[in-house]
Amino acid sequence: MAVVTGGSVDLDGFAARIATLAERVNGDAALLRRGRFLTTVLQLLVGEEFFLVRIVDGRIAETRRGGLTTGDFAMIAEPSVWHRLLATDPPPGDHDFLAFYKRKELRLAGDIHPLMAHLLYFKGVLAKLREDAR
Amino acid sequence: MSATIEPVIGRYLHMDYAGRRYRVYFETAGSGIPLVCLHTAGADGRQYRGLMNAPAVTERFQVIAFDMPWHGKSSPPDGWQDEEYRLTSDAYVGTIMAFIDAMGLERPVVMGCSIGGRVVLHLAHRHPRAFRALIGLESSAHVEPYYDTSWLHRGDVHGGEVAAGAVSGLIGPNIAPAERWETLWHYMQGGPGVFKGDLYFYGIDGDIRRQLPEIDTTICPLYLLTGEYDYSCTPQDTLAVGRAVPGAKVTIMKELGHFPMSEDPARFLQYLEPVLHEIAERG
Repeated sequence: MAVVTGGSVDLDGFAARIATLAERVNGDAALLRRGRFLTTVLQLLVGEEFFLVRIVDGRIAETRRGGLTTGDFAMIAEPSVWHRLLATDPPPGDHDFLAFYKRKELRLAGDIHPLMAHLLYFKGVLAKLREDAR
Repeated sequence: MSATIEPVIGRYLHMDYAGRRYRVYFETAGSGIPLVCLHTAGADGRQYRGLMNAPAVTERFQVIAFDMPWHGKSSPPDGWQDEEYRLTSDAYVGTIMAFIDAMGLERPVVMGCSIGGRVVLHLAHRHPRAFRALIGLESSAHVEPYYDTSWLHRGDVHGGEVAAGAVSGLIGPNIAPAERWETLWHYMQGGPGVFKGDLYFYGIDGDIRRQLPEIDTTICPLYLLTGEYDYSCTPQDTLAVGRAVPGAKVTIMKELGHFPMSEDPARFLQYLEPVLHEIAERG
């Protein structure tokens, strides 16, 4: 799957990754247990484009590209940052979303309580997105 | 697999500091030059389990790792329930000096990681003649707080879970799962508000940028070792300390992150052993 081009995330490839997220997360029993009390809607902003991930009791219930629904909270970054964040075997400093947050290359918006209360779960979900690049 | 017992002994020290009594837990292994080890924020001395079990170290050094008050098996002081724990530079330096004095250690080597890597800079500045050498792991002069630490201590977020989530990415991505999750377990076991209280020193009170040029490494050698995957105290942060402190020796460690001694003790020892050898030979 061609998911990255020229140092920037290819939006169609990103959408393809998001589309397989439910299968990947819902098939991971340990990750589901970590998120079993979590119900929320996460919005991923890739530049001007956005993607929604609806989570119910830790399971990915729905993913969608665009649309009118907003999330409870959002992770916002430029396509070039998502490209680095989701790269396979990233170099030091690009291996965790909090590193990008520290450098203000990634922003968080909305009520981030679900994120902070389930940090390890969300890091696991992001790792599933990264796995798709392999 | 047959059962084994590690050559590590744990004991409790009762000591006074700043008018209060403390029950402090420490572990020790080996004999020779005392090597006092300081854990990271919100964790405890178990981070040094690999060092305690490394004959190459314990043949020449008495490794001593104590849990700071409020951490691990060390108790908070009497009356803790009515106060907020907040680590200051003075209290951190004072507690370390009180422990060394109470243990009767003469010119030990002190090695600390993260907040411990910061406080060795304070020790080098305030008490250089008290130490044979100082080793800072993941040392920085200052780290600007990069997330709201109030998330670490509130009733509607599990403090242990969020602490582990906050630091998990600081571990090298290729570290073995057993050591990764052991390291995170220590964070999950921290007392309420303790990690947050330590970060007051790390992000606010412990800023030592201005004093760095006053550190004299001809009195007390200073070694700085930092993992390449540490994005909290970055290699650039440590290199900046190295540039500001004449004579400081900096090593950047491949594959390791913010908790080198706990992430991959064998790999860490490859970097530490030459340092310990130099210290031992220097006398």
